[in-house]
Amino acid sequence: MQIKKTHIKESFEDRIFNAINILIMMLVLIIIMYPLYFIVIASFSDPVQVNAGKVLILPKGMTWEGYIRMAQNEDLWRGYVNSLIYMTGGTLISLCMTIPAAYALSNKHTHGIRVFTFIFTFTMMFNGGMIPTYLVVKNLGWLNTWWILMINGGFSTYNLIVSRTFMQSIPSEVLEAAEIDGASIVQSFFRVVLPLSKPIIAVMALFYGIARWNDYFTALIYVTKQNLVPLQMVLRRILIQSETAASSISGDPESQAVLARISELMKYCVIIAASLPAMVIYPFVQKHFVKGVMLGALKG
Amino acid sequence: MTRERSNHDHQFKHVLMDIGRYWQIYLFLLPALIYVVIFHYVPMYGVQIAFKNYNPFKGMLASEWAGMKYFHQFFESYYFKTIIINTVRISLMAIVFSFPFPIIFALLLNELRSLRFKRFVQTVTYAPHFISTVVMCGMLTLFLAPNSGLLNQLIAFLGGKKRAFLESSTLFPWIYVLSGIWQNLGWNSILYVSTLSSVDPTLYEAARIDGASRFQKMLHVDFPALLPIIVILTILNFGQIMSVGFEKALLLQNNLNSETSELISTYVYKRGLQEAQFSFSTAVGLFNSVVNFTLLLIVNSISRKVSSTSLF
Repeated sequence: MQIKKTHIKESFEDRIFNAINILIMMLVLIIIMYPLYFIVIASFSDPVQVNAGKVLILPKGMTWEGYIRMAQNEDLWRGYVNSLIYMTGGTLISLCMTIPAAYALSNKHTHGIRVFTFIFTFTMMFNGGMIPTYLVVKNLGWLNTWWILMINGGFSTYNLIVSRTFMQSIPSEVLEAAEIDGASIVQSFFRVVLPLSKPIIAVMALFYGIARWNDYFTALIYVTKQNLVPLQMVLRRILIQSETAASSISGDPESQAVLARISELMKYCVIIAASLPAMVIYPFVQKHFVKGVMLGALKG
Repeated sequence: MTRERSNHDHQFKHVLMDIGRYWQIYLFLLPALIYVVIFHYVPMYGVQIAFKNYNPFKGMLASEWAGMKYFHQFFESYYFKTIIINTVRISLMAIVFSFPFPIIFALLLNELRSLRFKRFVQTVTYAPHFISTVVMCGMLTLFLAPNSGLLNQLIAFLGGKKRAFLESSTLFPWIYVLSGIWQNLGWNSILYVSTLSSVDPTLYEAARIDGASRFQKMLHVDFPALLPIIVILTILNFGQIMSVGFEKALLLQNNLNSETSELISTYVYKRGLQEAQFSFSTAVGLFNSVVNFTLLLIVNSISRKVSSTSLF
């Protein structure tokens, strides 16, 4: 970086390269941003105009109908609340499995680290498959429980290795000093390792939290009870199976058409409502995510 | 000999004492171990129903053995070839088309002079990674809708002919792969970007003294710095060739594109959970796992020989 800044003179060739590079980046930005921008403007434009292709750069025929409809949708609210609960509880459970295990695998008093590591990493290479896992969950009586929605997929060997790698970087002198002062294994964990591991705990909470919020697989396979389903399942019904409010009301064809348009409009609003939390929080925690990815690369 | 043996005994005693003294450390492993046992190892044991006529009322152990019956049934079925070709096709297309983009993107990003612009580009391109699969597929169905979809509007605007993108089995793999690139281009470049930022500055200096242009530096200094990671990620990708995303394929699937969108995983889901053919679908899943595992071992050993970088 520094060297580039002290560049004295740029050759003609380099300047052309620069210009092309900036052009390419602009193109990438447009390709990535425009669909997202379009969803925002379409969410409060007149759906007739949207479908006619008139809404491309600015919203037209401003309406909040879509958002109002969305706010009246009880399924969405329930899904939203459910997902918040699953995300909070699930992230906590995931951390309680990952962080202590990472401590044990990074501690020099642990015997058989290689064996334990193998037990964990083998699960990344081979698995029993969807059906045997389903049967295990079924036999445990965990089908249609909030518990399975919090725990399924809640432990990742990859995250364990990332956390362990981080904890290995804690200088051993610190732990030795604590031990000399009479700290037990448990005390060292809570008093020394946890406070020093705050950055990695934050990264893990983010990884697990986002994954839980976006998870629809668990509900698809293990849950049929409607009052338990998370937001993503409700979204699937609205966005992909196009369940419309219209189908439930048997009215004249004209009002049917109006309702169909509104539920089309609502799709855009729903996408925004579902993705907004992550999109708003993410730029502030971006550097943590990036750190997490890089730590994972150190020893994969 | 005796000394060695007593030494050994001594060591063993020492280990036992250590375990006795620090037994609490193993408690820390317990939650994670219980998890992998329940969600990974018990299902591995349960894989035996692939060789049995599994009857839910009798239970796994009491169901009688069926030998390789379900495997034969799968190999002889009409779907065998189709779903394997579909799965491999999407994987290979993903490797060939979506693998190079983050690399090129990172190389170009690294050449941006303005740090603020660079950071802005990064923030924007990472963002789509956080969109859930369901929302992503919802966006695709909106944008690719036959008449009113954004893409068709643009095509019509440019004078082209509108198409029903999601109802075409030729287009399905492309939609799958291209939307994946859109969503993960930035995210997948993180590793490369951070590697590039740690390239030894003296290499750039040397290149400059030798009169290299920026483009040449990118080619001869930056790209070689990325090679080790590229090799490792290629191994990982090839090892997963038979396990492409279940969620996205299932969400984008319909009767009209199923000719190319039916993958091994979606097939297992449909036969197993929707039609309750437990033994048959477990056999299909097991076949898939075994092929995956073998591929991983092969690719890993090839890479160890060729480039001395390997996973294990």
